[in-house]
Amino acid sequence: MGNDNQTTSQAKGLWGWINARFPLDTMLKEHVTEYYAPKNFNYWYVFGVLSLVVLVIQLVSGIFLTMNYKPAATEAFASVEYIMRDVEWGWLIRYMHSTGASAFFIVVYLHMFRALMYGSYRAPRELLWIFGMLIYLCLMAEAFMGYLLPWGNMSYWGAQVIVSLFGTIPVIGDSLSEWIKGDYFISDITLNRFFALHVIAIPLILVFLVVAHILALHEVGSNNPDGVEIKKYKDSSGRPLDGVAFHPYMTIKDLWGISVFLLVYCGIIFFAPTFGGLFLEAPNFDPANPMQTPPHIAPVWYFTPFYAMLRAVPSFAGTQVWGVLVMFGAIALLFFLPWLDKSPVKSIRYKGPITKIALTLFAISFVVLAYCGMKPPSTTLLLTSRIFTFVYFAFFLLMPWYSRIDAVKPVPERVTYHAH
Amino acid sequence: MSEEVDLGRRRLLTTATALTGAVGVVFTATPFLASWKPSARAKAMGAPIEIDLSKLEPGSMLKVEWRGKPVWVVRRTPEMLKQLEQATPFLLDPKSEGSVQPEYAKNEARARNPEYFVVLGVCTHLGCSPLPKFDAADVTVSADWPGGFYCPCHGSKFDLSGRVFKGVPAPANLTVPPYSFLTDTRVMVGSDTSQSA
Repeated sequence: MGNDNQTTSQAKGLWGWINARFPLDTMLKEHVTEYYAPKNFNYWYVFGVLSLVVLVIQLVSGIFLTMNYKPAATEAFASVEYIMRDVEWGWLIRYMHSTGASAFFIVVYLHMFRALMYGSYRAPRELLWIFGMLIYLCLMAEAFMGYLLPWGNMSYWGAQVIVSLFGTIPVIGDSLSEWIKGDYFISDITLNRFFALHVIAIPLILVFLVVAHILALHEVGSNNPDGVEIKKYKDSSGRPLDGVAFHPYMTIKDLWGISVFLLVYCGIIFFAPTFGGLFLEAPNFDPANPMQTPPHIAPVWYFTPFYAMLRAVPSFAGTQVWGVLVMFGAIALLFFLPWLDKSPVKSIRYKGPITKIALTLFAISFVVLAYCGMKPPSTTLLLTSRIFTFVYFAFFLLMPWYSRIDAVKPVPERVTYHAH
Repeated sequence: MSEEVDLGRRRLLTTATALTGAVGVVFTATPFLASWKPSARAKAMGAPIEIDLSKLEPGSMLKVEWRGKPVWVVRRTPEMLKQLEQATPFLLDPKSEGSVQPEYAKNEARARNPEYFVVLGVCTHLGCSPLPKFDAADVTVSADWPGGFYCPCHGSKFDLSGRVFKGVPAPANLTVPPYSFLTDTRVMVGSDTSQSA
């Protein structure tokens, strides 16, 4: 009786029928039409939506690839060639997926850099940042396992090098890498289980984490280029004064961003799908050969910064585990970012020169390390990798000090915004 | 017949239930995690192999696949064994202190029988397969080359006992697998029955 006035006052028909049984209207309001995003968003804020777009592209193209792909050592390479040559539009679906992998890392790296610039990892968004980092970890696992599936020679030896990293762990290393491989070498068994993990296990976790990431975002609200909380100033109906509804204001803007992204993405698919060996490496057009290593092993570009660090650390006390620790440490440090930054302000706009220089050096070190990790080793590159590995770690490890002593500018009470 | 909730009893029962559940989770997880170990078929295919050496000429090398990796058997001539001494000053670990080999191969020849050198043909750097360069002073390597193996991937060098040179990327000598001689010319790679300790 008392509950009825809600349903009677609501729309009738199918819409009313659904909403009496499922909170569709409430959810749409909470997450779309009445989710208020800061009005001073700039174009750095399209990369979150772009990641979601690429995720959908990868899921759809991936599902269609599994319809023709065979996860067996004797058949995998030939089935990929079959998709490329004999399946109608198979080449397009495969290039969507292979280009999508690199596109995913491009948009995610830019999305993360945006968070670094504007302090989006700071309280109260620590958990949002951690969910994001977990997504990044899943993405790396997904990319690594997916790269084995074509069973090319670079697939094979890349997996060989990465799995042998686990073998460097003292005592348990050998049995651990044997457990991962399910054999004494990368074999049919390994390929079959990587396929299972790549197409179902990790995508499920990934989708779950993306939902958690968005729910956490909508709980605390979006940060913005000024790093101020728009929830501080609300109008009489409780809407943030500096917020605009996600739909239609941000959806229109995001559509524009998506259009630009698709233009570049399709350009690469149609005109440069291997992207000069960066997105698809030349040795991978040869089938896997356990008895012959490619002349130079390098992972795909998005892993090369960490690969450069791995190679930069010399073996010490008869083990190579130190390089592995440094490599994983470089990723683990990112998790602690919310607690390493002690600056009283969030956004780079109001931070001082030390932080600006530190962030610039960090970005440079990431790019230089990526380059070093792609090239065959040489003494010059080794020295360069070592220097920039130090720079990368210094950015994080010295942050508690330089973020505290650095000069800051006064932060405005409300966002800075100039109507066009 | 007290109306009050016995919180201590409730906490005990909750903890006991949770612990029992956790034990159940461990038991349930075991078959799934264990299913990742090498299967019976993988183990059978990774079983020791027998190699016939009767047709191996002195100074030549035999390449056999075992567990997806190349196993080399080099029949060394007395001259090749002399080259080992010439190589010693160039070596990082001439006594094989930091490398993987069975106890009976921890000597200069790194072998049970110095004539036959059995080794995994996998570079200890990043798993490439080095090339045999047995001739001393082979100009494709260097003028003072004492003979050995050269890895084309990242330039690591090893002597005729698979011992690594100084100043190359590889950190350790080549790995010697367990093996034993069944007869004078038949070797079994993958098991060393005599090493029963």
